[in-house]
Amino acid sequence: MRMLGAEAVIECLKAEEVEIVFGYPGGAVLTLYDALFKTNFPHVLTRHEQGAVHAADGYARATGKTGVCFATSGPGGTNLVTGIATAYMDSIPLVAITGQVGVSLIGKDSFQEADICGITTPITKHNYLVKKVQDLPRVIKEAFYIARTGRPGPVVIDISKDVFNDTLDFEYPDAVELRGYKPIFSGDASKIDLVVTELEKAKKPLLFIGGGVNISGTSQELRKFVESTGIPIITSLMGLGCIPCDAPQHLGMVGMHGTYAANMATMECDLLLGVGVRFDDRVTSLVKNFAPKAKIVHFDIDPAEVNKNVRSDFRVIGDLRWSLPLLAEKVALQGLQKWQQETGEWNKLVQEWKKEKPPVSELETAGIKPQAVIEKVSELTKGDAIIVTDVGQHQMWTAQSYTFKKQRSFLTSGGLGTMGYGLPAAIGAQITLPEKPVVLFTGDGSIMMNCQELATMADNGLPVKIIVMNNQVLGMVNQWQRMFYGKRYSHSSTKGCTDFVKLAEAMGVTGLCVTEPEELDAILEKALKMEGPVLVEVLLPATEDVLPMVPPGGRLDQMVLGGVF
Amino acid sequence: MKYTLAVLVENRPGVLTHISGLISRRAFNIESIAAGSTEEADTTRITIGVEVEDEFELDQVVNQLSKLINVIKIINLTYVDSIQRELALIKVRANKANRSDLVDIVEIFRAKIVDVNRETLVIELTGEEAKIDALCEVLVDFGIIEIVRTGRIAVSRGPVPAKEM
Ligand SMILES: Cc1ncc(C[n+]2csc(CCOP(=O)(O)OP(=O)(O)O)c2C)c(N)n1
Repeated sequence: MRMLGAEAVIECLKAEEVEIVFGYPGGAVLTLYDALFKTNFPHVLTRHEQGAVHAADGYARATGKTGVCFATSGPGGTNLVTGIATAYMDSIPLVAITGQVGVSLIGKDSFQEADICGITTPITKHNYLVKKVQDLPRVIKEAFYIARTGRPGPVVIDISKDVFNDTLDFEYPDAVELRGYKPIFSGDASKIDLVVTELEKAKKPLLFIGGGVNISGTSQELRKFVESTGIPIITSLMGLGCIPCDAPQHLGMVGMHGTYAANMATMECDLLLGVGVRFDDRVTSLVKNFAPKAKIVHFDIDPAEVNKNVRSDFRVIGDLRWSLPLLAEKVALQGLQKWQQETGEWNKLVQEWKKEKPPVSELETAGIKPQAVIEKVSELTKGDAIIVTDVGQHQMWTAQSYTFKKQRSFLTSGGLGTMGYGLPAAIGAQITLPEKPVVLFTGDGSIMMNCQELATMADNGLPVKIIVMNNQVLGMVNQWQRMFYGKRYSHSSTKGCTDFVKLAEAMGVTGLCVTEPEELDAILEKALKMEGPVLVEVLLPATEDVLPMVPPGGRLDQMVLGGVF
Repeated sequence: MKYTLAVLVENRPGVLTHISGLISRRAFNIESIAAGSTEEADTTRITIGVEVEDEFELDQVVNQLSKLINVIKIINLTYVDSIQRELALIKVRANKANRSDLVDIVEIFRAKIVDVNRETLVIELTGEEAKIDALCEVLVDFGIIEIVRTGRIAVSRGPVPAKEM
């Protein structure tokens, strides 16, 4: 069928079963927006392009589908950069479509021109500049295929304005033909036999779960393995939710702000099974001291993850959707009763660690405890909510104190650590899951980074519940200054002049405030029951720390557990 | 240690920047990089010389490069019996008095003089890097004005092309 390039883009999105696009219009994409109008295609207007890309990311994390966002050329495209990098670091499937100036103007520093492909090359799985309308269907087909297969990631399609206005005979290709891209699904099954043999030999095995399990949606498969082995579990920030946090074997998050039990277990284990993890430095601290007594097994879809940060002794390359069922099956066949007796001592030891030190320290400061806020929300939502965070202390407290029970229920910027991620990501999640409770924990610093999206939330009637943990400081920065910079609090106070309740109200969101510990429970309960978007500002003491903490470069068993520094 | 990789890539704009960008971004050291067309119109072959600590690091280079969508294949030619060559053009000072010395040296190295004028000579040499290094060293005494080198390219011996290895 003969149609405009812009119309072809919409046809491609339909063919890819895209449900919704987040975006912001501008000159270079006006024809595309006109096509949206004519086809009545679902689109959410955010108030900033960074909001659009984070929303697409939140949508993708919550559903496992590919998120899509639009932006115009130049400043529109550059506003996407942080969100693209965020998605890249956490392997989130995303397609960003940007407008580019007319073909004859490309490369001439034309009005609103920026080299988006050049800018995004290091932070995308792949990108395209489309200068000919005939290329559109193939490029879009390839982009979606690349974004969601193998190790997922963001793909940018920069489309010249001329292409939207040009016409073509539209036909969507059935298959992609990419010589250099053959994502692997299944790997070498004999490698799994080796792992089972190692597991049988191990006396102190430990399962380390990462974001790959969330991305591949394989928590069910993993649970089977856990059930038949009773193996103790630790997770990375990105792996939270894959196994219920209240499972008896679950020791909690590992790393810089990991639990006492998880960090001790890592130092003592003799076999560490890393599943969908990338051994980030926030997990390992100094690599040479990480799991020093253990043989390391690495399950990952991306061969480039092997030996990148930590050298592994065994590796199983392939999709977890292939390797985990096979692992569970082989282990079940093996009958590990005798082995389980032998690892009994180890299991007892980790349970003692778990009891010995509470996972969260209790400092003797007056006022509302941040942990109490999160625990109350956890209790009220029973692990059934989508929990979103920004970046800072509140993020770590949430990771430590919320009892996650389901995969894809925790949306947070792990790899890049992007403040401002939370609000738009919550929008992306809520729009696709209107019935689910979506709760955002954010800080007084973070919320300001994309607070304009409160308007988007209100506009779309999205019942997200926002909890601003207002300690009137850039808490995490403040904590580092307290611990490592002699309490010189250089520019880390937000001074407390912002009235978050008024800010919310100004944008069409109900605002509530909690100042006293006694009113906390009642107000949280009320907020979660209310219809529509609500922002609850909780006033917290400024000096509460995130603990335990492994000081940078320290060993995992040298945690700071409490007290004053 | 130094390694030689043959990288087959789609013949598309920007591929070379992509590859060199990825290598440098990951803090690997490129010694040389040479790109050119091949027997297939849609394929470019890039020969990369990298200097890395150990095989683990080399694996990282290869695995990271393999992730690029436009990379079709990477072959490690380091341990394959292969022929490696580089082309150099060297401009040296030359006068009446020492010109015949230069001619002798050029002959010994089986190089070629491709340009002569009153004050200078331009010497062309194809060979392994070590040979070119050696010639340059000898020419230092005469006064080198400039050196242009292509970076090494490599091809395996025997009938099997790299794309089938
Ligand atoms: C975009 C961005 N800029 C700066 C930082 C550095 N940073 C990390 S945590 C933090 C403070 C966060 O403060 P707030 O949002 O109030 O949360 P709190 O730590 O107080 O819970 C800062 C500035 C970042 N992660 N992201």
